[in-house]
Amino acid sequence: MQTSNKLINFSHIYIYFLAFTSGFSIMCIELLAGRILAPFFGSSVHIWGSIITVFMLSLSFGYLLGGKFSTHSASLTRYGLIFIVAGITLLPIVTSSTWLMEGIFLAIEDSRYGSLLASTALFFIPTIILGMLSPYSVRLLVKNSNESGQVAGKLYFVSTLGSAIGTIITSFYLVMWFDINTIVVSVSLVLSLLGIVTIVLSKANTSFYKAKAQRDISHA
Amino acid sequence: MHNSIVKLSLSIFFLLGVFITNDTLAKVIHSERSLYRNILVEDKGDLRCLKFNVKSNKTRQSCFLKSQPQQLVFNYTKQLLTGLLVNPEPKRILIIGLGGGTMSNTLHQLLPDSYIDNVEIDQSVINVARQYFGFLENDKIKTYSQDGRVFVKRAVLKKQTYDWIILDAFNGDYIPEHLMTTEFLEEIKSLLSAQGILTANTFSSSKLYGYESATYKAVFGDFYQVSNPDSSNRIILVRNNGLVENPNEAQSTVKYSENITKLVAELLTIGVDAKKLYKNMKSTANHQNWSDDSPVLTDQFAPANLLNIDTD
Repeated sequence: MQTSNKLINFSHIYIYFLAFTSGFSIMCIELLAGRILAPFFGSSVHIWGSIITVFMLSLSFGYLLGGKFSTHSASLTRYGLIFIVAGITLLPIVTSSTWLMEGIFLAIEDSRYGSLLASTALFFIPTIILGMLSPYSVRLLVKNSNESGQVAGKLYFVSTLGSAIGTIITSFYLVMWFDINTIVVSVSLVLSLLGIVTIVLSKANTSFYKAKAQRDISHA
Repeated sequence: MHNSIVKLSLSIFFLLGVFITNDTLAKVIHSERSLYRNILVEDKGDLRCLKFNVKSNKTRQSCFLKSQPQQLVFNYTKQLLTGLLVNPEPKRILIIGLGGGTMSNTLHQLLPDSYIDNVEIDQSVINVARQYFGFLENDKIKTYSQDGRVFVKRAVLKKQTYDWIILDAFNGDYIPEHLMTTEFLEEIKSLLSAQGILTANTFSSSKLYGYESATYKAVFGDFYQVSNPDSSNRIILVRNNGLVENPNEAQSTVKYSENITKLVAELLTIGVDAKKLYKNMKSTANHQNWSDDSPVLTDQFAPANLLNIDTD
């Protein structure tokens, strides 16, 4: 009994850690978005307007979608899957941003709408996926309705703390040490790896419980 | 003995008095917070200045004398005119970073037949230049409220060319990082006519100095530097078709002709000593003052502002 309690605690800490990582990734990418758009759309105030609008909008959809997704057989495996998808959907920022922005730059003269369309094309989908992780984490952590507020509070705390740290680390240091593409690929890799680890852990966990249950049955 | 103490203290009082009255004479006649910075217009007797940041001493100023608006007051504007010595008859000029518009006014006076395009990101700066600095616009002088990088990209698409591009968008406090990358300079290069030149007024110090220099060299090869011992800025002067064969003589680029003699005389009337400009011109082919292994800045890697504060 004691070991299973400990296991649950560890898995809780692990989920909080994952929520921290998703918060970190969101702001790291948002900060880089300004640098990615600047060569084509400049660094006028409306560029940040476009970026923040797209990130807020996609996060709001992500929360809605993640909540909905968590109502059908929520599991650590599916949670890990979201991380892998988030990592993969970040990759077009590296591979396709130049020709995408070139096309938009040619098609739209007004840099306000150009930057809005470009940031939608590049960041809308990965940010939705990253936004799904918060409500899904709440679903995995909450065991009874009494503690739901406290769990949600802790989760907001951890993921927003991740966002704050992601912002400062990226803007103060990462851009001075690495190319933008290197940072984006690293974030993508970390998210995908964490997803894979999560899935492996969840499989190991279920087989552990299965084995334990079988042992209990055979003992009985 | 007693007498000399009295004299000394009197002179100290006098000096203090001069400083204090000088200070009180400076009157802020306009101040506003635009989307990008604080804008201050200050009158100090006959001198009117546009300031972007009060506290910093590295702040870029654009000043003119109300009684003699055609006189150039500040060194860096004079230094930028070195471009004219290398390319005396630019037909089409692009100025990125308007300030008070004094550069545009001066060039129009010197070259009344040339076309001048001014690009300034901040509409408030354009308004202030019009209202307080007599910034002149007509069918030859146009102003665009746009990000410099976006303007340059669009101009390249429209296959426009300029004989002289003046990049004056930097100051000691903030550098638009997307205007200091190899990609941007390549765009500038394709915007220059065959004989075209670029003069950039930059304020890089510490680590950024080497990075910036390496970036210009990577795109244009060797260039001229016009430095100013009294201030933290330097002018980078680039020729689209490279420097002349004999790099030992930066001055040999300047061909003596009637035009030049006329130009030198004209420059003198607006307070610019062309001989002094000559003297401060150094080719990087034999005066390279940064290390060869300095990395270049690109759109992927452009931490210009972080490098500029790093004092290691």
